[in-house]
Amino acid sequence: MARYIVRRLLMAIPVLFGLSVVLFAFVHLLPGDPARSILGQHATAASLARLRESLGLDRPLHEQYFLYLGDLFQGDLGSSLVNGRPVLQEFMLRFPATIELTLVALLFAVGLGIPLGRLAARYAQRWPDGLVTIISLLGISIPIFVLGLTLQFFFSVQLGWTPVSGRIDPRLGIDSVTNFMLIDTLIAGEPRAFVDAVLHLILPGIALGSIPLAIITRITRAAVLDVANEDYVRTARAKGLTERRVDNRHIMRNAWLPVTTVVGLQVGGLLAGAVITESVFAWNGVGRWVVDAIRNRDYFVIQSSILIFALVFLTVNLIVDILYAYLNPRIRYS
Amino acid sequence: MGATVAAPTVAAQDRASRGLWHDAARRLLRNRPALLGLGLVSLFVAAAVLAPVIAPYDPIEGALVDRLKPPSSEHWMGTDLQGRDEFTRILYGAQVSLQVGVVSVFLALVMGGTLGAIAGAAGGKVDATLMRVTDVLLSIPGILLAIGIVAWLGRGLPQIMLAVAVTNAPIFARILRGSLLSLRTADYVVAARSIGAPASRILLRHMLPNALTPLIVAATLALATAIIDVAGLGFLGLGPPDPRTAEWGTMLTDSTKFLRQAPHLLFFPGIMIVLTAIGFNLLGDGLRESLDPRLKR
Repeated sequence: MARYIVRRLLMAIPVLFGLSVVLFAFVHLLPGDPARSILGQHATAASLARLRESLGLDRPLHEQYFLYLGDLFQGDLGSSLVNGRPVLQEFMLRFPATIELTLVALLFAVGLGIPLGRLAARYAQRWPDGLVTIISLLGISIPIFVLGLTLQFFFSVQLGWTPVSGRIDPRLGIDSVTNFMLIDTLIAGEPRAFVDAVLHLILPGIALGSIPLAIITRITRAAVLDVANEDYVRTARAKGLTERRVDNRHIMRNAWLPVTTVVGLQVGGLLAGAVITESVFAWNGVGRWVVDAIRNRDYFVIQSSILIFALVFLTVNLIVDILYAYLNPRIRYS
Repeated sequence: MGATVAAPTVAAQDRASRGLWHDAARRLLRNRPALLGLGLVSLFVAAAVLAPVIAPYDPIEGALVDRLKPPSSEHWMGTDLQGRDEFTRILYGAQVSLQVGVVSVFLALVMGGTLGAIAGAAGGKVDATLMRVTDVLLSIPGILLAIGIVAWLGRGLPQIMLAVAVTNAPIFARILRGSLLSLRTADYVVAARSIGAPASRILLRHMLPNALTPLIVAATLALATAIIDVAGLGFLGLGPPDPRTAEWGTMLTDSTKFLRQAPHLLFFPGIMIVLTAIGFNLLGDGLRESLDPRLKR
């Protein structure tokens, strides 16, 4: 097992290295001059040259890359060109918002997807199966922003049940301690604020969770059907076990494997989806921050935030693979 | 084998296989969800192609007195902020989506296919290197990569096509490489190699035709995501550079400011994107089932 983990870790190194080269090239090949975009159109040649020198932009490209890599190893991800704040600090400030949203979406997708998939498999080729198939088809076909806006229209604008956007009503004056709104409201001891934070999470959580919901439902259905045709399931039924026991002990225990893998893989997709969801719901997380950075051509934020995003993505995939190997002895011992 | 094989009856001969594509088409036409998908896709293509003929109004010029009108007999889907007919703009929007969707998926097939074919055919170090390249691309969330490319190259339809293509290419590369690798030891490939066929001929004539099916299915499904991605870019303000262009995602962004007064600006483009995506998804699933009969539901 340890050898497997080490091998997987070693495999991630060239990917991260390649990614740093791609992002560096990407930022430095962007048309336009970072110095000019900071100082504006009317900057003098002298001030531009001074800024280029202080940012190291006057050095040869390969030297700039090694400087960047050196900084990276020391945990220095640069500062925003727009507001001068360190990228890492800004990221850590916003990441909790994205994690909170992603977890709620995952909870929604898993909590509803697995029971729906089991239901569809149990009634395969009958109407509940058809209904679930339609739900999952809709799930993968509705873009997050269409679903998000539609939910906003019905539940916030028409019915007024949920807030339109944001993470919490600013009038409640909750102090940021952990930046996880649910935890911060509990720390503040304000049950009303906690409920408000939960209400703010519902619509973006559903919008973001819709695609994983569809995928988890499909995979659960397929996995359960796959196992349900195995000989040992027939044997279990033949020896008179109750349907419930067959389901829990014989079918689900073996169907969990593909389902776990797919659930893990959704986390990467959720992070990508968060980029759009956060824009729809004015959610102050990492996704919206990156989109704003790209719009403002905030070079260092783009470079470093995408690198962190990818790092999170790779880490999650690694954890999923290790978990899978742990759950599945056939992989562990191969 | 001890048992003798009975001679096929006339009826069985009629039903006998007439080749992969013929059989697949026959199975596809018997698959009802796939037919529904085909119908939706045909509607979408017809809307795009016939837009200049059937659109009742001009997609760019509108009368300000008619702004934000709800659906009526004059304007079936209402009007937008500039008083332009929403139905007309939906039809022209289909043109943009179709054009960008098809070109970007085709580009992705060419880029990903080439990478995958080289990796799968060469194996060894070349394969390992190329796969790490796809790992790098796949480690960046698709929409971020697309946003980045559009931000980098500037707004414009060709840039959007390239952006969507680059996000799909590594997936296609992986799929083709996977199929090719599994074919390397197939009997007919080994046979071709043993009679001294050149590597290029083995790849082009023997391996590629047999590795294409998963790629065709993936490309059909990718059309759904490509259309969603294009609309997503438009929604984030990275759509076509001319703000007057009718593009479904951009039209949706405009709707957000008038969610209360003019919800039709959200519903019609939204429904069109969803129906088109459903169409390509159903068709893709149908193709998968008909091209690989072992995958019966």
